This record gives sequence, structure tokens and C-alpha cells, in this order.
Amino acid sequence: MAVPKSTQKLIKNTLDDYKFGFKTKNTAVFKTPQGGLTREIVEAISARKKEPKWMLDYRLKALEIFEKKAMPKWGGDLSGINFEKIHYYLQPQDKPKTDWNDVPKDIKDTFEKLGIPEAERKFLAGTGAQFESEMVYHSLQKELTKKGVVFESTDVALQKYPEIFKEYFGKVIPAHDNKFSALNSAVWSGGSFIYVPKGVHIELPLQAYFRINAENMGQFERTLIIADEGSSVHYVEGCTAPTYSTDSLHSAVVEIIVKKGARVQYTTIQNWSTNVYNLVTKRAFAYRDAEMFWLDCNLGSKLTMKYPAIFLMEPGARGEVQSLAFANSNQHQDAGAKIVHNASNTTSKIVAKSISKGAGRSTYRGLLKVSKGAKNIKSHVSCDALLLDGASRSDTYPTMKIEESEVAIAHEATVSKIGEEQLFYLMSRGLTEEEAASAIVNGFAKPIIKQLPMEYALELNRLLELEMTGSVG
Amino acid sequence: MIKKKDTLEISNLHANIGDLKILNGINLTIKSGEIHAIMGPNGSGKSTLCNVLMGHPKYEVTKGSAKFNGKEILDLEPNERAHLGLFLGFQHPLEISGVSTGTFLRLAKNLSLKANGETKQISPMEFMPILKQTMGLLKMDEKFITRSVNEGFSGGEKKRAEIVQMAILEPKIAMLDEIDSGLDIDALKIVAEGINETLKKTGLGVLLITHYQRLLNYITPDFVHVMAKGKIIKSGDKKLAKELEKNGYEEILKKAK
Repeated sequence: MAVPKSTQKLIKNTLDDYKFGFKTKNTAVFKTPQGGLTREIVEAISARKKEPKWMLDYRLKALEIFEKKAMPKWGGDLSGINFEKIHYYLQPQDKPKTDWNDVPKDIKDTFEKLGIPEAERKFLAGTGAQFESEMVYHSLQKELTKKGVVFESTDVALQKYPEIFKEYFGKVIPAHDNKFSALNSAVWSGGSFIYVPKGVHIELPLQAYFRINAENMGQFERTLIIADEGSSVHYVEGCTAPTYSTDSLHSAVVEIIVKKGARVQYTTIQNWSTNVYNLVTKRAFAYRDAEMFWLDCNLGSKLTMKYPAIFLMEPGARGEVQSLAFANSNQHQDAGAKIVHNASNTTSKIVAKSISKGAGRSTYRGLLKVSKGAKNIKSHVSCDALLLDGASRSDTYPTMKIEESEVAIAHEATVSKIGEEQLFYLMSRGLTEEEAASAIVNGFAKPIIKQLPMEYALELNRLLELEMTGSVG
Repeated sequence: MIKKKDTLEISNLHANIGDLKILNGINLTIKSGEIHAIMGPNGSGKSTLCNVLMGHPKYEVTKGSAKFNGKEILDLEPNERAHLGLFLGFQHPLEISGVSTGTFLRLAKNLSLKANGETKQISPMEFMPILKQTMGLLKMDEKFITRSVNEGFSGGEKKRAEIVQMAILEPKIAMLDEIDSGLDIDALKIVAEGINETLKKTGLGVLLITHYQRLLNYITPDFVHVMAKGKIIKSGDKKLAKELEKNGYEEILKKAK
């Protein structure tokens, strides 16, 4: 069947409207060749980074696991990934800078276009910027450094803080967790390392921005956050990439440890171009009376498979995942959340909202588990899907494994289609069809967006508006 | 200075939904400052007339015209008709989750100003007192300003909110589709007063769709029309409404045959 004109127009609009699709000419200092992932490539990456032997061993072991594990058969269609074509490591400059002036001009220009230095001046406590495989810039407010806060590129942290690094690295998400965590463990590079000492509260967010620039790029950052007892931190990540006709792969691993009485919020505003496979493993361990909050906003990408997880390890721990996914033409957002209640008196909440448009597809995939012995558990799960047209699709796969009886679990799910009557009502008040659809979508997303700091909320509203342009065929 | 009169002139209007003929030749002219009431039995096409005039996509116009100040409106989008000065108060106002009433109304107001060549936009600071005053007129609590459009409003609150919207948007011709349905007598008086006040202030023309003479005790119509089977079968003044109340539709329908 021929693709209808309106859909073709929609696809074209979607591609044209992606304003982050610009490319920067950059000559890499070092890059690994195409032709598939080999032991030599892994050794070359490790050698280039002058890593300790244990890390090289860790990487090589992970490579074996990656090679052995089959591709996941569930979730999205991964058949388009060509592991032979990917550059697994691409180093754009020698080492991370702490002054924007030292960052090579082409790279600095990219981040200026993306508004990063400006954001740093205005409302951030610390900033990281990753270009291809490496963090090119990292900085932290001086008073936070004095208090013992560490915010570094993960590579730098491995060199500077070897003990604490080794204690926590790979403990929350082991290499063998899944095929893509194994891949990341073999070739990881860049990402943020954060350590917040006991009782230290970081008021303003720390932000890291991840930019893929080259074609056929594989970006495998590794983030590790440790919030010590009674501390708190809010980390924000943003991601974009240029639009290419070939596919890129982003496969990160994010591990978080939230100790007794601490709080971590991890906010993602991802807006990959539509040629990026985004396959990310994110997990947090929350201990006694600790609180973990994932706020996950997924726009763009070709396929996203991401299910931020929280293991509630000790009594009093609280976990929350709120997510928003927008699946436009030729996109599949397979996202959700996983919560594991491993201790008594723990609570959790999941709010997942998805919007599908122009034959886009969104899937909610969730796991709620209450382990044997965990009593007095409270959990609330709600998933809402909004379909903007008849060609779009939404599926919900909530899995519950409840091995105890003293639990209070509520689950709600709704699917609604944007209605002709709603559109007519708003149009009768003077809104165009596009403005009306946009208002309905923004209203639907508002409960998630209002959780974001103001600057990000404005940005996300703007991104949603961009996704909505050309919504009328 | 004499204010220019706005005119909506409907001639021989026919409309279908699917293969079903609903409007079978409506002729009606509404001018600024006039109140027209349309009464008639269920299924006579009263609501359809409003929806067709506002541009609901469900209906297909098969014949006739509707001109606003001489300009054909039937090929315009609903938002374009709104910006010319048409308003429809819905029988069942829609709920728009997550869109606050105040923000939405200011957006609609500013879009209307812009469409009509005004370069100035109303800021939230300027808008709030106007909105609060209007809501006060309709005896609506200010808390509704921050609540989502119609979400969780009672039937009566929705109807009052429609009149608030009308008063804010200041249309030239307003069609109010069963604005009295589901209202108790106190709410009915409040809604009627809101309509009368807006009329006094802006001099708009009103097309009232109603089943009951009751509403017309509080809003005095200049013209009363009886509609049946997609046509206006009889027109008169307010006495006609009284007559209908007393004798029902039967007699008039019989006479019309």
C-alpha cells in the first residue's frame, strides 16, 4: 500500500523540524576502525585511556559476554543495527577541559548552539559536555569542590579516585545484565561520575549534555552516581545528534547508589535524531529512608528501549519513575519503569505518559516486583497513552510479580484518542487545528513537565510544539 | 458615532450528516443587538444549525449560504469563523485536561486580537482582573482560573464557564446551544444575567437554542422561531414562546403541514 501523502508530508516535516540536526566538521584525534567489535578495539580503547589492568580485564570479560548473548527478541525491532559499521570509540580532543576557552572551536561552537555555556552561567551547579566518546568539558562550582563533591568525567574519576570507583563500578548493573550492558562495559567511554559526601545538598542541578556528531557513531557513556548518607543531588542529562541516513547507536549504562536518607533525582531530556538506536540501562539502589526519582522524557530516536529501575533495598526507601514519551513517524518508544521492593515498608510510584503521532508507536513496559519477605508495601502505577491519529499505536505491558500478601498496589491505564469534538471545541475558540492539537498534547504532558525545573520545562514545551508542527496533513 | 451593525445572513441552508438530511433550507438573519430564540422538538436540527454555522467537520453543507457581513463563511475553518466574531456556546462543553482555564482564555483572546489586526497582546497582568471580574459576574469562584478547562466542572459550572468565555472573547454573533439545560433556577438566573450584561456591553447578536420558555423569562427575545424537520416553520415575537409553552408543538406542527 502506498504511503499516503499526508504521512509523507508528516515524515518530511518531522525531519525538517529537527533543529538539532546540524553537523560540525571535526577531525578526531583518534578513532577505532569500522568492521565490527574486536578484542583489539577494546584493548586499544583501554590503552589509549591508560587504564589500570583490572579495567582492561573487566572490558575483555564483558566483550565475551556481549558476543555470547543473543539479541533481545522482545521490545523493539533491533534488526537494523549493523555492528560492523559502528565506530566504537572516537576521541575528539586530548583530554577534558575545565574552561570553555580551551575547548576546540568547532566543538565549542556546537555546544554554544545548543545553549550549554549559557545554561551553565544561569542555573547550573556543574556542567559536563560529551562530544562523541569523550567528555570534552567538565566543571563544578568551587564551593562544591571545597565541600568534597566530585563531578568528573567517568574516565578522569577512574584515574583520580581508584578506590571508590572500584568499589561501586559495575555493582548495580553488572556486565552480564543484558547484551547492551555487556557492550557498554566492553567499550564504555565518558559519562559522569558524581560523589556527594554525607549531608551535602547540592541545590542547583548538575547537567551533562551528550552529543553525537559523527556518522555511524556508537556512544557508550557510563555514569556512576553515589549519594552518601543524608545528601541530595539533581542530575540532568540532555542528548541530541545530527540527522544522517545511516544509523548510530547510543547505549549507556547509568548506575546510582542512594545511601541512607539521601535523595537523587535523575532527569533526562533526550531528543535524538531519528537515526539513533537508543538502548540504555539505568538502575538505582536505594537504601534505608532514601529516595530515588527518575524523570525521563523521551523524544526523538529511531527506537528507544529504556526502563529506569529502582531497587528498594532497605526499609523506608521510596522510588518514583515519571516518564513521558513522544513517538512520531518512524519512531518506536519502548519505555517504562522497573521497581523492585526488596525490603519492608517501601513505597513506589510510576507515572508513564506516551503520545503517538503519524503512525508512531509507543510501548509501556513495566515491572513491579515485591520480593518474598517484603511487607507493608505501597505502590501506585498509572499509564496513560494519547493517540493523535488512527495510524498510531500504543501498547502496555505491565508485569507484576508479587510474592507477598501485605501489599497495597494500584494500577490504572488509559488510552485515549485525540477527539474530533475536542479539536472542534478549541477551534471554535479561535485556535487552528494545529494549535488545538498542540494544546491538548501539552495539557496531557503537563503533569510530567511541571516536575521539571523551569528552564527545562520551557525547553520541553518548545520541543513538543516542534513535534506538533505539521500535525495537520 | 453609530456603531456598524453586524449581520449573519443564512439563506436556504441545507446540511447532511452522512446520508441523513438534517437541515432542509434554513432562512434566518441575525443582527447585532437582536436576540433570536429557536425552539422546537428533539431532532428538529437546532443544534445542527449551530454546529454547521460554526464549522463542525461532521456535517456536510449541501446547499445554501451563510454570510457574515456579506462574506461567505461556510468554507472557512472554525477558527476563522471565530475570528470574524462568531461564537458557539456548547451544549456539552469539552474537558481539556492540563490546560488551565485562565491560560487558555488569554491565548484565545490574544489569537483573536492578532487575527483582527491588533498588534497589542494582553499580558497576564492585564488579563487577570478582566477575567476575575467576568467570573464574578457569573458567580464563579476564582479557583476555576487555574483549573483545567471544564475538567471536573459540574454541568452548571460548565455552562457558566461558556458564558465567561463568551464575555471575554466578545463575539459579534453568539449561538448558545441549550445553555439552560441542566441548570437549576438560581444558576439559570446567573447565566441569563451574564448574557444580558454582555449584550448590554458589546451589543452582540444572540441565537438562543432552547427547549423551554423558562429561559425566556430572563432573557427577552426579539424573535422566536419554531424549527421542525430542519426548517423554520413559524416565526414570531416572545408571545410565540408563551403559546408554545401552553399548547406544545403539536398544534403548530399540524398547522404547518
